[in-house]
Parts: sequence; structure tokens; C-alpha cells
Amino acid sequence: MSAPAEPGAAGTGTARRRRAPEGPRSRVPAAALNAVSLAAGVGVWAALAGAGVQGLPGPVEVAQRGWELGADGTLVQDALASLRRVFVGFALGTALAVPVGFLMGWYGTARGLLEPWVQFFRTIPPLAIIPLAIVLLGIGETPKLVVIGLGAFLSCVISTFQGVIGVDSTLINAARVLGANDRVIFARVVVPASSPFIIVGMRVGLGSAWATLVAAELIAAQEGLGFRMQHAQIYYDLPTIFVGLITIGVLGLLMDRLLLAAERRLTGWQDRR
Amino acid sequence: MNKIEFRGVGKVYPLGADTVTALSAVDLGLADGEFVTVVGPSGCGKSTLLGIAAGLVEPSSGSVTVDGGPVTGPGPDRGVIFQQYALFPWLTVRGNVEFGLKVAGMGRAERRARAERYIGLVGLTDFADALPKTLSGGMRQRCAIARAYAADPRVLLMDEPFGALDALTRVRMQDQLLDTWSRERRTVLFITHDVDEAVYLGNRVVVMAAGPGRVQEVIDVDLPYPRTEQTRLSPEFAALRNRVWRAVYHQPPAKEG
Repeated sequence: MSAPAEPGAAGTGTARRRRAPEGPRSRVPAAALNAVSLAAGVGVWAALAGAGVQGLPGPVEVAQRGWELGADGTLVQDALASLRRVFVGFALGTALAVPVGFLMGWYGTARGLLEPWVQFFRTIPPLAIIPLAIVLLGIGETPKLVVIGLGAFLSCVISTFQGVIGVDSTLINAARVLGANDRVIFARVVVPASSPFIIVGMRVGLGSAWATLVAAELIAAQEGLGFRMQHAQIYYDLPTIFVGLITIGVLGLLMDRLLLAAERRLTGWQDRR
Repeated sequence: MNKIEFRGVGKVYPLGADTVTALSAVDLGLADGEFVTVVGPSGCGKSTLLGIAAGLVEPSSGSVTVDGGPVTGPGPDRGVIFQQYALFPWLTVRGNVEFGLKVAGMGRAERRARAERYIGLVGLTDFADALPKTLSGGMRQRCAIARAYAADPRVLLMDEPFGALDALTRVRMQDQLLDTWSRERRTVLFITHDVDEAVYLGNRVVVMAAGPGRVQEVIDVDLPYPRTEQTRLSPEFAALRNRVWRAVYHQPPAKEG
């Protein structure tokens, strides 16, 4: 899936804005530009649907379906089912990834033992695990959570590992000469120093969990956004598919913004260029 | 008894199948309260010498003692100041200065008071709650000096602490360091590649030579403290600087081996 990013590479907002003095500055605020762009996109969509592109529902039709699905509770129920899966899978994957990443970064032995497995599984898309997960784990919630968790785990473990091996050795020496032992160095230097990498790993992991969700819900789910879209596909119910897609996009964006806000709060000490 | 004593200290690094002698049989003693500067061309092993005293580098031969006790590893009895400041970027100035005290298990109130005092000593009181990223290079190094002082070390080991600063800031930092040192007297081993700095700061200047790294000459600096701009511009200073300069830049060719 996605390669681990440098912390800060994913950072947007103030840091990015401050960092881009080159190029002509726009006099229109970014938020206004975003709104105009969104409105134009919806306009193009309406025009295409109006021009009679085969089967394409217009924005109004989709909004109507969204309203219906919202009113009868289906949408909320599906979204909650999907969110629960993503959160549980993501929490399990991350909870396992952080300690494993630390072990791999800190102890050469652990790295030697674990790295081939992590690197090997990283090359397999989590979706390719689905058939295996069904055979081994059945068709309940477990295989879905395992597949989602695996995606989150693999993204986060590599990033944490990179963070730990990248800790500036001068900082470790500085702690050592101030009397810190290995345990203190780990807790007070290695953990905070690698936290930007861990948070980037979590963001990538959350993206990966969300991306795996729909496919995981193809495994005999009874509810969930992926299931709803799959079900709608059988009946050529395009508006419902659109509602599902938009909901997934909006929820994914919201979750990423939340983690980004956490990242800013927790790693604002970084001296970004 | 000397505060710091190097006895026959040598360091050999493996280089492929071969070895490189970074340091060969260095004998050097620093008296209590002395400020000794070490100057020499790159590759003379001056930073290795400091690393060995800090306990961060293990000598291949010989030994270092501080107050008669052998150095076996890093410890808070020897404060180290690094060229790259090495501040913890996630901690404020206060957090950095308190780090060593926290590690030592000092209580909160005592820690606070102690940090306050040393932050004041280096003139950073107004920046006690600032993060390192908001500080200039000179301020960062002052914070590092306060951090080292707060841990109450018996000796201070400084590895080209002002090497990354511009010339003007450097001069100011040198004066400030001497000021701090005169108020809180410690034994200092100060590594530099700047001849003026070595003469201005030290009681004695140790000139080292490269290939293999060794002590070339030890020059006494009999200029009285406090040293000021007057000192810098005096003919005595010039004469000493010239002497050290010649010792550094006109070294006899290295003995091979």
C-alpha cells in the first residue's frame, strides 16, 4: 500500500502555507476558492446528468435518495456499522503496530526476526487476504476486522519503525550524559522523538483501513456502507451507490482532519522548514 | 590530585581490514577549576578525546579518571555540551533544563527553583516556556549550557559549542560563558577549531596534531580573568595567538605509523 511518508510531508495548513512563498499569491481566500471549486464540480455533474449521460443520476436525485435513506435510518445505521468496523480494526492494528514498530527499531534481534514478515505481508494488498480470511475465519465480523486491522497495522508498523531508527543519536547521547538509563531514554526520548512518524503512520493506517472497508463488507455483511452499495448494484440503484460513495468520502475526510488536528497538537514542537 | 586525568589514552578505529589511529597515547591533566581549551586541525582526535572523557567513546588503551574515579560510561557528573545543541525539541527551555534533574529524581519544587536559577544565569528567563524551535542558535546553546550546569556536574566538557554560530554571536557567547564560569566555577574541557577562541577562553591551550591524533604542545595563557575586549585587543593576546597559530598550522610532518 502506501509508503511511509516523512512527518511533515503530510502536514498541510499553516506550515504548508507559510512554506510556499514562491508563486503569485491569490487575493481570494483559500476557503472561497474551495467553495467555488465544489460548486463548479456539482454544476458539471448536473450538466452531464442533464445532458442524458447513460444512467447517471443528477445531484438532486442523489440528494433526494440521501434524504430518504437518512430519514428511514438506513444511512445512519450503515455508517455506524462501517465506522465501528473501521475503528475496531484500526484500533487493533495500531495497538499492535506501535509496540512491534518500537521493538523492531530498538532491538536488532527483533528487527531481524520480524522484518521479513512485515516486508512480505506489506507487498500483499489486504484485499488479497479476503479469500483466505473467509476460509479460515468464516463470514462473521472477525474476518472483516482482521483484514481492516491488517491494513492499518502494516502502514503503521513501518512508519513507527522508521521513526525509531531515525531518532537523532545526539539526543540519545544528550540524555545519557544527563544520567538517563535505557528505560528513561526510551520513554522520554525515543517515544516523543518518533511520535511524528507514528502519527503519520496512523493517518496512513486509517486511510488504509477505510480503503479496505468496502471490500471487507463484501464478505456477507448485513449492513454497512459497502454492503448497501453492493446491494444497490444488483438493482441498478445508482443514486444509492452515489450516496454511499459520498458518505464514505466525507467520513474519511472528517477522520483524517481529526487526526491532523491531533498531529498538530502533539507534534507542534517540530521545527518544520 | 587533578580533576580530570588522561593517562596514555589511545583510540583505534577499524577501517575495513585496516585500522586508523584517531588518538595515540595522550597524557593530560586538568586541575580543579581550570579552563583548558583544545585546538587542532580536523582529524587530530580532539572530539574523540572529549567523547572518551564523556564516556560516550571507549578508549582502546589508557584511562580517564575524574576525581580519581575511572570513567566507565556517561554520567551526570560530567556535563557535555554538543555543537548541535542537542536540545529535546518537544520540551520547553525549562523542560530541557529540568530533564537531568527529573532523571535524578529531584522533587518538583526543588527542580523548578534550580532550573529557574540556571535559566537566569544564562539570561533566558523571558524564554523559559519557549520551545527550542523558536530560539536562535545562540539562545539554544545557552539553554544547553544551563541544562548542563543544572545537573551540577563536577566537570564541563564542551565539544565545539559555538562552532555553528556566526562570528558576532560567537564573541558574545564567549564572554557570556566566561561570565557564567567565573560565577559558577567548574573545570572545563573546551574543544574548538578556532585559535582566537582557544586563547581567549583558556588558562591553557592544548594544541593537537593529526595522523595519529596526539598532543603537540601545551601553551599556558597567562592573561588575567575577567577577560574583556581589552584583552582581545592587547599585544599579549596577539603574541599568544600567534604562538598557538604557528603550533596549529605549522606542525612538523606526521610520523607514519
